[in-house]
Amino acid sequence: MSPELSYAYYPGCSGLSTSKDYEISTRAVCRALGIKLQEIPDWSCCGSTPAHTVDHVFSAALSARNLSLAEQMGSDTVITPCPSCLTNLKVAAHRMEQEPAFQQEVNRHLQEPCVNTVQVKSVLQALIQDLGPEAIAKQVEKPLSGLKIAPYYGCIMNRPPEVMDFDDPENPVAMDEILRGLGAEVLPYPLKVECCGASYGVARKDVVMQLSGKLLDLADSLGADAIATACPLCQMNLDLRQDQINAALKRSFRLPVFYYTQLMGLAFGLEEKDLLLNKLNVPAGPALAKMQQAAEAAAEQDAQTKEQ
Amino acid sequence: MKIGVFVCHCGSNIAGTVDVAGVAQAAKNFPEVAFATDLLYSCSEPGQEAIVQAVQEHDLDGVVVAACTPRMHEPTFRRAVERAGLNRYMFEMANIREHCSWVGKDKDANTRKASDLVLQAVEKLRFDRPLQAKSFDINKRVLVVGGGVAGIQAALDCADGGLEVVLLEKTSTIGGKMAKLDKTFPTVDCSSCILGPKMVDVSMHPNITLYAYAELESVEGYVGNFEVSVKKKATYVDWDKCTGCGLCMEKCPSKKAYDAFNEGIAPTRAINIPFPQAIPKRAVIDPTYCRQFIKGKCGVCAKVCPTEAIDYEMQDSFVQEKVGAVITATGYDLFDYRKYGEYGGGRYPDVITSMQYERLLNASGPTGGHIQRPSDGREPKKVVFIQCVGSRDKSVDRPYCSGFCCMYTAKQTILTKDHIPDSQSYVFYMDIRAPGKMYDEFTRRAMEEYGAQYIRGRVSQVYPYKDSLIVRGVDTLLGSQVEIEADLVVLAVGAEASRGASELAEKLRISYDAYGFYMESHPKLRPVETNTAGVYLAGACQGSKDIPASVGQGSAAAAKVLALFSKDQLESDPQVALVSQARCVGCGKCVQTCPFGAIQLAEDRAGNPKAEVIETVCQGCGLCTVTCPQSAIQLQHFTDNQILAEVNALCQQAMEESFES
Ligand SMILES: Cc1cc2nc3c(=O)[nH]c(=O)nc-3n(C[C@H](O)[C@H](O)[C@H](O)COP(=O)(O)OP(=O)(O)OC[C@H]3O[C@@H](n4cnc5c(N)ncnc54)[C@H](O)[C@@H]3O)c2cc1C
Ligand code: SF4
Ligand code: SF4
Repeated sequence: MSPELSYAYYPGCSGLSTSKDYEISTRAVCRALGIKLQEIPDWSCCGSTPAHTVDHVFSAALSARNLSLAEQMGSDTVITPCPSCLTNLKVAAHRMEQEPAFQQEVNRHLQEPCVNTVQVKSVLQALIQDLGPEAIAKQVEKPLSGLKIAPYYGCIMNRPPEVMDFDDPENPVAMDEILRGLGAEVLPYPLKVECCGASYGVARKDVVMQLSGKLLDLADSLGADAIATACPLCQMNLDLRQDQINAALKRSFRLPVFYYTQLMGLAFGLEEKDLLLNKLNVPAGPALAKMQQAAEAAAEQDAQTKEQ
Repeated sequence: MKIGVFVCHCGSNIAGTVDVAGVAQAAKNFPEVAFATDLLYSCSEPGQEAIVQAVQEHDLDGVVVAACTPRMHEPTFRRAVERAGLNRYMFEMANIREHCSWVGKDKDANTRKASDLVLQAVEKLRFDRPLQAKSFDINKRVLVVGGGVAGIQAALDCADGGLEVVLLEKTSTIGGKMAKLDKTFPTVDCSSCILGPKMVDVSMHPNITLYAYAELESVEGYVGNFEVSVKKKATYVDWDKCTGCGLCMEKCPSKKAYDAFNEGIAPTRAINIPFPQAIPKRAVIDPTYCRQFIKGKCGVCAKVCPTEAIDYEMQDSFVQEKVGAVITATGYDLFDYRKYGEYGGGRYPDVITSMQYERLLNASGPTGGHIQRPSDGREPKKVVFIQCVGSRDKSVDRPYCSGFCCMYTAKQTILTKDHIPDSQSYVFYMDIRAPGKMYDEFTRRAMEEYGAQYIRGRVSQVYPYKDSLIVRGVDTLLGSQVEIEADLVVLAVGAEASRGASELAEKLRISYDAYGFYMESHPKLRPVETNTAGVYLAGACQGSKDIPASVGQGSAAAAKVLALFSKDQLESDPQVALVSQARCVGCGKCVQTCPFGAIQLAEDRAGNPKAEVIETVCQGCGLCTVTCPQSAIQLQHFTDNQILAEVNALCQQAMEESFES
């Protein structure tokens, strides 16, 4: 195995609540792959959407505080599973780099100034670029053969490209590569970076019904068994609100929406306590059972051909 | 020596920030200045006459004009002093506009600087000597590079004018992009019906030698006497024997070759004649697909060819041609439609380029002129056109308008309706640019008579959904989002400089812009000339343009060449290097330095080696003069003494002052 990968780790607030399954499975998968995650001590909220809609300096200061803490740990890279946290951390770092005056202003709010030396990455980027798809595929014990997955990245993981600087902003493929390595059938899902409606679910639910409904509809029309996502908010809109969407659009989608880390854990043969599949609103059972059946049928056929 | 100084107002261009009368007054005290005055417009007829008169009245030996850049008017004033009876090299220009009045606002400082520049010119003029141009013979043959419609027009006009023409085409047939088009705007007449006869004329014309499947290897020489080496790429078919019967193509078992002529919408054979009207109509083997080359066995074409034309051992060959002028007509290439990931070009088979659509519309195309979707062959009912794909977009480094996409898109909507009467076309556009004769009427017709729906706005995304493509965009006039379920999406790709344009430019020593389009000598007044004498431009290689404009330029370039060749001799520029036999020690350093091979070693009468400049080859770059350890080689009109006189004029006073303090 390659020299040990070690990162400062920023779980993000939702990881402690709504997306606990993402958080737990991320840690478990990294453990299985020998990646060391050092949680930033005393990390605080990145400000999410509300902070930067009110005040850019204040919003950047929230992120800069966490970056500064990571600097004090002596780390050179912070990784986070959540695209929203990722955006805030990256935007703050980017703007501080471009505008020294902005950095000064931000640092006036901080006890320990942020020097802005650490690199920020998503867990996904670290997995695909630092570890590589081969190392991930090697860890697979139970391939996800027969499982048809629509990979959905959400709209901010790769955009704006000049800040996020990762993968193709219109047609990202990092998660596709990982899922393919797990043995799943990755569908050509054209709405990979389309908006799910995000936090409009609170103010204008109808918007989310339309936007997330379209995502489910396309996945369904392609014959997907499940959707894989990398974003807590996307996952919530597609999974938790699936019943609302069905009611609003008079449809009957039953598509489980996994975090890609849950699927990795499944293929690695990790246990339920590391995956928290029971936290999904649309149960994963039927899709997984179908996959099981397909696998058994294939095995039987294999045995038969051997006999003959 | 009696020197005259003329200080130009250039209207208010110079006089606005320089006291021109003051400069003229100051000049009266400069060494050997016998006359000085200011002129309102020295380049105008009365301005030039005043110079001529002053020379004659005051018996002047040399003239300084302080005005604009010599790039523009040095030839004008040289002609004027010649009319006055002086040698044209007894003239200097001080640039007090671009170098002075336009760059500073402080009138006092400007006036001082202008005086200094005039002094500099006067000091140089004191060392100037009359130079005589020599005459040399012109080779009245012309090379045309590129056989698109622009190159074809230029070649035919030159040939009809009695010149011998060498026409060079990179691909195996002439015709360029126009040969691929179905109909042409704004008349919707058949492209091959109007181009075909011209192509035949090229092949029949006794004055035209055509090298197809050939490229320019190297160019040497200068206006009137270029020597070019042409690389004839191996076709693996002996074209002297090939009759173009096409039997080989029919029988070739390698059926998946890329068909460049059909823009890749259908495969072709490894041995190929691009289209029935090709000129020359000759077969070429593509070794990347030919089994004989890949696997070492097949030989089917060699067996079936009735004239035994196939030659798998063929190598590239070279021919030398001597010409007096070159017309560059290498056209353009298309923007890579995969660069916009959001449109899905290259990912979704039913998202195609406008040029691919031309091939689908064309009766001699792979679908016989029936519009069929590449994915399933179904006839599309709803076609969406997206304009400005790779035009007017800084984010893909293509900020310019390609100029013809608005027009050809309108044409394609009309043709779509003609082919499929129950179809509906939608066009996403930014602005409609239709400034030509009958052009706006044409786009209106597409909308009003043919019912094409024009939507002003950009498309954010195209994605497949079930059997169709969903096109999502914005209608900026309505201020709302639009979504269209389309059967086919056509991307109106813009024009780029043709591949290899910069390499060719370097061989021809012409300049090109940031995007690779060739630079004309003056954007308004010398649109088909380059800054290299004897090299001309025609068509889209100079900037994206449509067929009428390309043909116009083809004829214009031909007219320029015919005018150039209307004389039997040209005058060489005497501003070349000259060796002082007395000083030269024959070390040969200059011979090694000269990038043009213009210096050779010869022997003087005593048998000593001496450098010798071939005047017609020397470009006057001056590299040799700084190399020579003996200062024996000097560039005429830019000798060491002349340059030092200028330096002293500007620096002596300053140096003396600095020593005093
Ligand atoms: C989809 C589409 C539709 C169009 N429809 C119309 C229309 O209806 N009406 C209209 O007026 N215009 C139309 N145009 C524009 C038209 O194509 C151009 O105006 C025209 O082709 C320009 O001619 P050209 O000879 O300058 O260049 P080209 O047609 O590009 O020809 C250049 C030639 O030079 C050759 N060449 C390139 N490099 C070299 C080299 N280094 N050595 C030797 N040979 C070389 C090429 O192989 C080619 O044969 C359309 C364009 C597109 C993209
Ligand atoms: S079969 Fe021979 S003659 Fe006929 S086209 Fe092919 S190469 Fe030419
Ligand atoms: S030798 Fe090549 S070109 Fe000729 S028939 Fe075979 S594959 Fe085709």
